[in-house]
Amino acid sequence: MSLIQPERIAFDDPRIVSARADLVAALRAFLPADAVLERQEEVRPYECDGLSAYRQLPLLVVLPRTVEEVQRILRLCSERQVPMVARGAGTGLSGGALPRGDGLLLSLARFNRILDLDPVARTARVQPGVRNLAISEAARPHGLYYAPDPSSQIACTIGGNIAENSGGVHCLKYGLTVHNLLSVTFVTMEGELIELGSAAPDSPGYDLLALYIGSEGMLGVTVEARVKLLPVPERAQALLAAYDDVEKAGQAVGDIIAAGIIPAGLEMMDGPAIQAAEDFVHAGYPTEAAALLICELDGINQEVSEQVMQVRDLLLESGATEVRTSQDDAERLRFWQGRKSAFPAVGRISPDYYCMDGTIPRRALPEVLRRTAELSRQYGLRVANVFHAGDGNMHPLILFDANKPGELERTEELGGRILELCVEVGGTITGEHGVGIEKINQMCVQFSPEELRQFHAVKEAFDPDALLNPGKGIPTPRRCSEYRELPTPRAHHAHH
Amino acid sequence: MSKDSTTLFQERVKTAIAEASPVAILGNGTKSFYGRIAQGQPLRVSEHAGILNYQPKELVLTARAGTTLDEIEDALARQGQSLAFEPPHFRPSGDAPDATLGGTLACGLAGPARPYAGAARDLVLGVRILTGRAEVLRFGGEVMKNVAGYDVSRLMAGAMGTLGILLDISLKVMPRPAISETRILSAGIEQALDLMIDWAAKPWPVTATAWYAGRLWVRLSGGRQGVSEAAQRIGGEVMDPHEAETFWRDLIREQGHRFFSGEGPLWRLSLPANVPHLALAGDQLIEWSGSQRWLRGDADAERIRGAVSAVGGHATLFRGGDRAGHVFHPLSEPLMRLHLRLKQSFDPHGILNPGRLYAEF
Repeated sequence: MSLIQPERIAFDDPRIVSARADLVAALRAFLPADAVLERQEEVRPYECDGLSAYRQLPLLVVLPRTVEEVQRILRLCSERQVPMVARGAGTGLSGGALPRGDGLLLSLARFNRILDLDPVARTARVQPGVRNLAISEAARPHGLYYAPDPSSQIACTIGGNIAENSGGVHCLKYGLTVHNLLSVTFVTMEGELIELGSAAPDSPGYDLLALYIGSEGMLGVTVEARVKLLPVPERAQALLAAYDDVEKAGQAVGDIIAAGIIPAGLEMMDGPAIQAAEDFVHAGYPTEAAALLICELDGINQEVSEQVMQVRDLLLESGATEVRTSQDDAERLRFWQGRKSAFPAVGRISPDYYCMDGTIPRRALPEVLRRTAELSRQYGLRVANVFHAGDGNMHPLILFDANKPGELERTEELGGRILELCVEVGGTITGEHGVGIEKINQMCVQFSPEELRQFHAVKEAFDPDALLNPGKGIPTPRRCSEYRELPTPRAHHAHH
Repeated sequence: MSKDSTTLFQERVKTAIAEASPVAILGNGTKSFYGRIAQGQPLRVSEHAGILNYQPKELVLTARAGTTLDEIEDALARQGQSLAFEPPHFRPSGDAPDATLGGTLACGLAGPARPYAGAARDLVLGVRILTGRAEVLRFGGEVMKNVAGYDVSRLMAGAMGTLGILLDISLKVMPRPAISETRILSAGIEQALDLMIDWAAKPWPVTATAWYAGRLWVRLSGGRQGVSEAAQRIGGEVMDPHEAETFWRDLIREQGHRFFSGEGPLWRLSLPANVPHLALAGDQLIEWSGSQRWLRGDADAERIRGAVSAVGGHATLFRGGDRAGHVFHPLSEPLMRLHLRLKQSFDPHGILNPGRLYAEF
């Protein structure tokens, strides 16, 4: 497998240069001077998102301030058949906001206002460039918060969360972005403004809101969203359990859920991840453990007390070598600190790391971990596992050194093998990071040609000229047939 | 009963395409009253039935679309679990066949727990469908988190079978709460709306609310401590547990309450919860913390739709009235265009349940 190379566009190509000058003039006709960036040093910061292995300078960057400006930009792009990529904070991990050399990069950074927060209806109307955490901060004085909490929540924006259907550590109990959004207002590639959903619990016709959420910026450009706010739980308490065997920890997760308890968070780390995290933040993790579970319970005061005792018993019965219960909020946050800094912690012990995002049926966990370890040995690359255990979403981190020739390519191949393993056991190639450019080949493994054709048909219904974020998310039939012809036994789709 | 009829249905759809003869997809017919009048040759799909996979520890159940809700709910109850959206069955009598899972998802209806536990679409994890191209396609899966490709599976909820014949459905299932308690309070409509909004803003385990004719019912479900703590703060009179179960299931969810059998068409108003009382001609029963209001009476359709649109809601002609007219709230022009294009992408020959949702497709 070779790296998926974005097209290389020479900025001195006369065809591009003249098209660009022309487009700049047309944009400047209705946009203020600071809303169009064209010099290389100005557009450089937009060359990649959180998946920095892929870089591409955009033709131009536009930074509109109003919905009308967005509409005019899109109409202009439609008329001239110029591709367009929308971008929020650029924290995405699958290259979904990777620009195109022949297209516009539309940044929504200036749409950064909370328009309205209604504590009675428990909703907030926000612009797409508002940061995820900023919503909860604004709601906090009213005893409310916005539930989805991806680990990038300090920086990531709600527009990007909508594009990826972001989750977080609390989504087993409180759901994903799709469960916490009431409506989205978006601009079509043809420049039309459409609202999906409303402040009512449902809307007439098809549930286009559900279809739009998680569409990776390929169906429209979000310009406003209405989110649900939840009452802050009276109390939250966490338990930390150590195991000498990963399988036992996996079993404990099933036992907790079978007992009728849905924890607010249920996370697992394996040995390498525990050691890296402990070396980094000194959270007091038992470093000799093969697996660590963190289980958070929240709700009404009394109920949390009841459940903490119940979970403690279950953890001990399942063979935990040690169980700790947080005595106060400071200790609870310390339990989480190691987990929340697992990625940078791994970044300290390896020059580079590559984060995967497969989801599996939980019962397949021991098999997937065992076979991942085998693959890790086979490729000579270390893998640390961080796992949203409650919902089966795995984040294997592959440790590598991009300066060693061929190591990035080997890492990508190993990552692809891990994702295909997830599909083989009945899971999916991406739980919450999206397909973007990164996992586009694995889409050919998870879906049949007919299913991919249906995805393209859905896109065509929203964006008939295929100008919105083209080349991402859904592979073309040609790409898939090329991928399937690669000389490896794995490259065929798994079901049917 | 367990049977896979995929190939049979696929042949039927191929024939329908070849003969340009639309099909009316029919489960056990419990919701034939809902939506616009069915057109086309009936295609019975209830024989495609059986639970395919149930993993209580992973909160996942997959069943063929013809499986009855009774069968599914029995299997779940044995493991202390349930369908959290409390779908109505609308089984006409104990002898009649029960509602199917496919019909339940296609209609996208939900019961009293909906605002607190989610709608049908919130619990869908994956589907296998037969499109109007006679292709069998699978979207989503059996895992909680999945963002590979567009979320086509949730799109099937409430699509009234116009985008595909549902074959298999995977759902997230939830533990049944340990205990439930229902309290009854006396309240006028305005006061009841205020109280319901207040409760929803508290971290209390409210799982159902209903108001009718001066009485307000509230159900609390969860752990013993949490329920009793919240119940004390809410006050009111405790309802007998058996009576409460019957009330929420038979009278509210299944619409056995005398309100529902009154004269005139039944409208369902879906509104932002904080909308004050809408004075419209007819009787009203309120649910879902104020966001679902039932209106029984002969008020003019235009007037009803105008009033709910003005406050950001929509109205469905739920039972009775003109089933050939606008049953569902009319769509704006750009939204209708999107609907037509999307319908075209799944069912280019227009053979699946034409006209059941809107006259235009």
